[in-house]
Amino acid sequence: MVDLTTNCAGIVSPNPFWLASAPPANSGAQIQRAFEAGWGGAVWKTLGQPIQNVSSRFGAVGYRGTAAVGFNNIELITDRPLEVNFREIYETKKKFPKHAVVVSLMVETEAEWKEIIARAEDAGADGLELNFGCPHGMCERGMGSAVGQEPKVNERITGWVMKYAKKPVLVKLTPNVSDILPHGMAAKRGGANGVSLINTIKSIIGVDLDTFTPMPVVAGQSTNGGYCGSAVRPIALHMVGALARHREFGLPISGIGGVTNWRDAVEFLLLGASNVQVCTEVMLRGYRIVEDMIEGLSQYMEEKGFKSVQDMVGKAVPRFSEWGNLDMNYETVAKIDAAKCIGCQLCLVACHDGAHQCIHPSKDSAVRVPVVDEAECVGCNLCQIVCPVDGCITMAKVENGFPPASWNEHLSQGAKLRPKKGAH
Amino acid sequence: MKPQVPAVDPKRAEAVFEDAKPRYTVQQAKVEANRCLYCHDAPCIKACPTDINIPEFIRKIGTGNVQGAARTILESNVLGTSCARVCPVEVLCVGDCVHNLQGVPPIQIGKLQRFATDAAMDAGWQFFEAGKDTGKSVGLVGAGPASLAAAHRLRRFGHKVTIYEKGNTLGGLNTTGVAPYKLKADASLAEVEWILSIGGIEIVSNVEVPTQLSWAELEKKHDALFLGLGLGADSWLDVPGKQLAGVRGAVDFIAELKAKPVDLSAVKHAVVVGGGNTAIDAVRELLVLKAKKVGALESVTMVYRGTEAGMSGYVHEWAYAKEEGAQVSWQAQPIAFEGKDRVTGLRCTRLDAAKKPIAGTDFTVPADLVLLAVGQAKLGALVAGLAGVKVDKGVIVTDEAGATGRPGVYAGGDCRNGGKEVVNAAGEGRDAAEAIDAFFKAGGRRG
Ligand SMILES: Cc1cc2nc3c(=O)[nH]c(=O)nc-3n(C[C@H](O)[C@H](O)[C@H](O)COP(=O)(O)OP(=O)(O)OC[C@H]3O[C@@H](n4cnc5c(N)ncnc54)[C@H](O)[C@@H]3O)c2cc1C
Ligand SMILES: Cc1cc2nc3c(=O)[nH]c(=O)nc-3n(C[C@H](O)[C@H](O)[C@H](O)COP(=O)(O)O)c2cc1C
Ligand code: SF4
Repeated sequence: MVDLTTNCAGIVSPNPFWLASAPPANSGAQIQRAFEAGWGGAVWKTLGQPIQNVSSRFGAVGYRGTAAVGFNNIELITDRPLEVNFREIYETKKKFPKHAVVVSLMVETEAEWKEIIARAEDAGADGLELNFGCPHGMCERGMGSAVGQEPKVNERITGWVMKYAKKPVLVKLTPNVSDILPHGMAAKRGGANGVSLINTIKSIIGVDLDTFTPMPVVAGQSTNGGYCGSAVRPIALHMVGALARHREFGLPISGIGGVTNWRDAVEFLLLGASNVQVCTEVMLRGYRIVEDMIEGLSQYMEEKGFKSVQDMVGKAVPRFSEWGNLDMNYETVAKIDAAKCIGCQLCLVACHDGAHQCIHPSKDSAVRVPVVDEAECVGCNLCQIVCPVDGCITMAKVENGFPPASWNEHLSQGAKLRPKKGAH
Repeated sequence: MKPQVPAVDPKRAEAVFEDAKPRYTVQQAKVEANRCLYCHDAPCIKACPTDINIPEFIRKIGTGNVQGAARTILESNVLGTSCARVCPVEVLCVGDCVHNLQGVPPIQIGKLQRFATDAAMDAGWQFFEAGKDTGKSVGLVGAGPASLAAAHRLRRFGHKVTIYEKGNTLGGLNTTGVAPYKLKADASLAEVEWILSIGGIEIVSNVEVPTQLSWAELEKKHDALFLGLGLGADSWLDVPGKQLAGVRGAVDFIAELKAKPVDLSAVKHAVVVGGGNTAIDAVRELLVLKAKKVGALESVTMVYRGTEAGMSGYVHEWAYAKEEGAQVSWQAQPIAFEGKDRVTGLRCTRLDAAKKPIAGTDFTVPADLVLLAVGQAKLGALVAGLAGVKVDKGVIVTDEAGATGRPGVYAGGDCRNGGKEVVNAAGEGRDAAEAIDAFFKAGGRRG
């Protein structure tokens, strides 16, 4: 078996899979069960002045028969007494000295930060995570995303924390901003050892058609919640990648948002995260999913020849660039493998109604395999995406004789672009 | 040294059979895997006699972790490869899939299991290694599924293992008995080879216990014994003409067609007597031979003394047999085999609902071959020389873990359960190995 030991901002864990600060990491008994199941670390459910929660708290969106592709919640931070949490942190660390126990914190004044940091570290925390991200409830009280959305406030509070913390500190960023960079940079200026992202995205998960109430419903009323789960992964991947490729940022990243299995985790690592945290998929399926995550990642690393998790971190970053740098003369067309085609014609309808009307029925009415008009095909990929048969539609490169040329090169050096297709 | 598995005859009759449930393609496996609800405390696991973590291995197929899926299966059941094909999943795991409760087609667990385990066999993935030598040694009698499962688990614990087999092949009825449209002899032997590849399983073939090697000698040689004897020869009908050529035991006939060519050139009409799963298998196998134009077969008829509703064979298996053209005579009792040297017909009489003969209803079914599938002898009597081992109705009596009344002697599989499935034998062998290990750890005193 390959070695999955991971180091994120100085916090070491036996593997890169951590529970995110959320209900699965609510108590010592839970986290100990998770460690037994194979999780490498956990970020304790955010500690602060204990709050009171409402019911109901969660909502979900399904899609074509799949439940909960997206999830949302209006839960606040821990509702359990602080001393109980600290005692359980101590017990958990004693039983699992090699596992990472990171404690998530959210308080208001400098004095409160000083005190809670000392208590968390005394209990045995391996690191601290600052919750500057919760987009519901706590932000109305001037905490959570209210901090994360203001770079100056973020920097100031991170600065306080760094004065008192002896253990590594991760600042957990909110995605409820137009550009993540200034916020990552603020954490860096404040002295943080790393960042974790994303927290949840402001959202309304649905509306009850009979009672005219947004969901989740609390006595006939609702409020915005925080969106998470598989559906948010693309947003999280982008934000992680944006920080990872920024020349001046350079801090370790703990990737969060829509990780459901080892494949998702690998995507985060390749885009620059040092490890990943998981909340929703554990809420939906339980701690047991980590068995497949560990095996799948190990086999992937063996196949690719990676000796350590760190070896693969950021491998996709150099290939993440601006649109203006992409090669405009790279041309592809769709090819349908008639031997694999099952004749569902999903590609045909998608191209006709959603793309460039260049997939047509066969002239022979007995043949269900459609025909691509390659002279018209713009190479958009839509047909490949809707095709239910793996490998049936491929995007083949066309040798059009034009040397590579980006839009930026076209503007700055007059590089020659191939003629547009499908624009009549 | 690695024991070699015996070769198969490429001209054996079973070679013409096709897979009833071919292997899934990657695409089919993925679609089916993603339909699984990943139930917690899943009913399918409880329905599996080897309690494979089914939702877990299916989730792994869905994420592309096929190697992990195979490991999960084989961890619980080293015969998971053959079980994927031969298990009557309709009455086991698939039958208990919760999808059934809402009229949705159940997950095809057997096919998914085959997808993962076939991939493991093809790639030669090895998941297990032998434990550190403990100095203890176990003798196993019979090289069927029960002993193989026990031997593998015992090797993982580090105990020395020797299997004594009276025949010249390995795998028991998995190699010589199960229907070729589910599993052929070569696939069974490939699985045996994979099991043996853990190393250190010594095989002694062509030795019958206790006639050629006594219980006393075995007990002297080994610190514990495991009995995986299976069942004995086909039972016979004691009616006139029983010695005629063309009257054969069904299990014996099936063993022949799985090992060598069969001559059916003189057989137009075949009759199978019985209403259990061996009878249905024999009928379906003859129907395949008929369809493949092996010999002169024109008709295959099952003769059973009970009713269709009362037959002990599986409903789904009988439904296939009917579809494939089986003829049948219900509530018919054979009273004589007709013919001079060779059988030409089976004389029967009708039975009433109480299985009493109805006078004046005798009739003859034309038959050039009669296969008897009316049960198999139970081998429990073989252990008569082992004081303390109890036998009840031919079946060896044990506790839940497989321990007989004689310290250090364990049993599992058909000789213990009276004749169930391969998966039961695999589970009982595994559990007995656990019990033997515990017996050693507790001092291993033979009393
Ligand atoms: C025709 C037929 C079809 C079947 N089809 C299926 C099916 O589709 N699916 C399914 O799950 N199950 C099926 N079964 C049942 C299944 O084959 C058995 O339950 C299973 O093989 C039992 O395993 P075992 O190890 O207990 O015994 P066996 O497989 O019978 O193995 C016992 C071994 O012990 C050896 N042996 C016996 N006596 C001695 C002795 N005195 N000394 C040394 N060696 C000895 C035998 O030669 C044999 O190799 C079928 C059975 C039959 C008869
Ligand atoms: C019910 C619920 C409660 C949460 N509570 C917290 C919290 O207390 N502190 C925190 O930092 N993040 C909290 N989160 C956010 C998660 O830690 C995580 O950042 C987010 O859900 C995205 O990851 P996911 O897609 O794996 O769920 C919570 C999320 C959910 C669904
Ligand atoms: S999940 Fe548990 S706590 Fe939540 S509503 Fe259901 S039973 Fe209650």
